[in-house]
Amino acid sequence: MLLSDIKKILDAEVLSGEDDAALCKKDIHTACGCDLMSDVLAFVKDQSLLLTGLINSQVIRTAEMMDIVAVCFVRGKTPAEDVIELAKDKDITILSTQLPLYTACGMLYDEGLRGRSND
Amino acid sequence: MIKKYDISGEDFSLAGEASSNFKSVLKRLGISTEIVRRVSIAMYEAEINTIIHGGGGECEAEIKSNAISVTFRDNGPGIANLELAMQEGYSTASEKIRELGFGAGMGLPNIKKYTDDMLIDTAPGKGTTLTLIINL
Repeated sequence: MLLSDIKKILDAEVLSGEDDAALCKKDIHTACGCDLMSDVLAFVKDQSLLLTGLINSQVIRTAEMMDIVAVCFVRGKTPAEDVIELAKDKDITILSTQLPLYTACGMLYDEGLRGRSND
Repeated sequence: MIKKYDISGEDFSLAGEASSNFKSVLKRLGISTEIVRRVSIAMYEAEINTIIHGGGGECEAEIKSNAISVTFRDNGPGIANLELAMQEGYSTASEKIRELGFGAGMGLPNIKKYTDDMLIDTAPGKGTTLTLIINL
């Protein structure tokens, strides 16, 4: 699923500055909804989106280590400017949606974006 | 090639800088994506542990012809029960650390999972030295 479609489904705002043309170039294969970065680090898949309610810099560091393409903050949360700058520096797209985590994950799942299976 | 990093125990927002820097080095050297990811995840977990449990320390990362070896040393309290620490879900992290998304008891099990070998030298009051080895 293209990141531009994810933005539309979640009615999300792009905090890292990319336009829709740039979002169309980022293809997301799986997603993960989680506030525990320790658990995210146990989740390894290419081309992933992380949805989370945590907004500290370690979310971006975790995404960087996992090669996560984009992070979507839920419940309208906005991280500090230095967190956004770190994400830009690492080429990680930052979205923010007003939706709560469960609902946002459900809407993406409903549209066909799956999480990791237990393989 | 050897890279050395000081791991500050003062500012948690800086946690991951050493892992991030070493990841860039590995990518520049053309190391395979899968190896880079395994090293990055294991190193980042170890860096976080060095900060939240060891109060900071030092890291030495070496790229050898047949393996990547990363050693973290701290002068923290040491691990009282290594067997328990290796169990998924067991953690002695503070509530503050848990609020930051860590301390779920996945650190050492994750490190073991992503490395080919993991060596721990620790004892109460002695600090902890952790070496991660990923074969090339």
